[in-house]
Amino acid sequence: MADLRNLRGLRDLRDLRGLRDLKERRDADSGFAPAGRSRLVDGLRAYRLIAWMWIRSTMAYRASFAMTVFGNFAGSALDFVAILLMFSRVDELGGYSLGQVAFLYGLSSAAFGLTDLALGSVDRLGQRVRDGTLDTLLVRPAPVLAQVAADRFALRRLGRITQGLLVLGYALFVVDISWTPLKVLLMPVMVVSGAAIFAAVFVAGAAFQFVAQDASQVTNSFTYGGTTLLQYPPTVFAKDLVRGVTFVLPLAFVNWLPALYVLGLPYPLDLPEWVAFLPPLVATACCALAGIAWRAGLRSYRSTGS
Amino acid sequence: MGAGRLYAAVAASGFRRYATYRVATAAGVFTNTVFGLILAYTYIALWDERPGLGGYDQAQAVTYVWIGQGLLSVVAVMGGGFEDEMIERIRTGDIAIDLYRPVDLQAWWLAADAGRAAFQLVGRGVLPMALGGLVFRLALPTDVGTWLAFLVAVLLGVLVSFALRYLVALSAFWFMDGAGVQQLAVLAAIFFSGLTLPLNAFPGALGELARALPWSALMQTPADVLLGERTGSGLLRTYAVQAAWAVALLAVGRLVQSAATRRVVVQGG
Repeated sequence: MADLRNLRGLRDLRDLRGLRDLKERRDADSGFAPAGRSRLVDGLRAYRLIAWMWIRSTMAYRASFAMTVFGNFAGSALDFVAILLMFSRVDELGGYSLGQVAFLYGLSSAAFGLTDLALGSVDRLGQRVRDGTLDTLLVRPAPVLAQVAADRFALRRLGRITQGLLVLGYALFVVDISWTPLKVLLMPVMVVSGAAIFAAVFVAGAAFQFVAQDASQVTNSFTYGGTTLLQYPPTVFAKDLVRGVTFVLPLAFVNWLPALYVLGLPYPLDLPEWVAFLPPLVATACCALAGIAWRAGLRSYRSTGS
Repeated sequence: MGAGRLYAAVAASGFRRYATYRVATAAGVFTNTVFGLILAYTYIALWDERPGLGGYDQAQAVTYVWIGQGLLSVVAVMGGGFEDEMIERIRTGDIAIDLYRPVDLQAWWLAADAGRAAFQLVGRGVLPMALGGLVFRLALPTDVGTWLAFLVAVLLGVLVSFALRYLVALSAFWFMDGAGVQQLAVLAAIFFSGLTLPLNAFPGALGELARALPWSALMQTPADVLLGERTGSGLLRTYAVQAAWAVALLAVGRLVQSAATRRVVVQGG
């Protein structure tokens, strides 16, 4: 049954080839891609088809799917349980109350969860480079990044997003925030920009794996490590570390700076107030850089040849 | 005599097998160090707020973090040792070949896992702690005796960890797909080994429970030994608890194994 479903997905993918305009394909192949937009539309379409195929294949084993969603939820919830245990012994951590930490935690987890759902599979790239299966993706008429990202699309990762949103809901319930229209607007902007910043880290990490195939763990330090870091108040960490995640790898723009604006708490490093509104710009710049890194990585790819 | 040589050879090749992936090992050390940094700062904030929490001073708490990051892969808290391979062999039926070999199945995998643990103690245990020592003041012992006592506790911890993961792997005889059980086992290990928070900082009854469960033998116990919290007869009692868990869980593993092998139906055709 699962095989049949997979086959249907594959057929959809084959249709993709027919649907593409021949001339455009020739242009793309000869390096004269007509417009960025058509490649984007192409990529999204390929992503949707492949992801949908994996969803249907997962749904063939519903009990196993339910178990893994729960596992994903619980795995991410353990981090918060650790924070709850800490707060069972203290009233403040780094000058922040439990509700305020939960606010940071929820925003970081929600943004990271979105990216993990959409792009979490790109860290399997090193494996594909090693065993040579990346070649299969290169000959298909769809952008490689879309194929790699949608590969083994794991709907179970909804568990992490759900957990993050629940903690965020709890935080909004207990923390006293003097809401303004600007702060309300900043909330969704923050989550989407944060997800985009994490996406740039995931893609840059995948590009790095073209060079260092066995080093997918290094990416984990910045993705999973990054979201763990952002779950705690910036006051906890050494100044140099905070400088690093503000000016070098700008993770501070995922939640710290905008969230502190919403909470009305002082910023780290005496930054001016307007930095809270930079996340969309930072995210755009990060994604552009990650895109360049990805292209450079893909160009440097040499097949295993065996 | 011959059997001893055989298992030693299996352990040696387990060691070599993991030693092959040098880039992956370096990447692992890097990740352990980054997580160690993050955790260490949160512990400093926690112990600032509540000095002496769980009987540790701040330097001990920070040292605990780096012991944990060093031992993480040695006692395979996150899994990823022999069990992936064993589950795959159960799923495909290759386990039938293993069962008619003139070696003991449990001892074979134990030898292989011991080789892995030995490599990871050297390859992934030492460096994160050394790097942590560059950034923070660590409360490490200066006498050789405590370090030797620590190594014994780690050895017993590896045994308990193996015994637990062997049970996880055997569950594949019933479930075929080991992913669900493996995931739950990893969650339990992360939480109850003391990786996220030292078990002596857990509040009340939860703390009592966590310290009584076998997972405490993986990380909390060796850390306590290195931090000088267990000495004299206390140290012997600690070893006895670890050893009792190891023996009991290995014995359960053998029982389950004999029940499982009676279920094996080798696919024909």
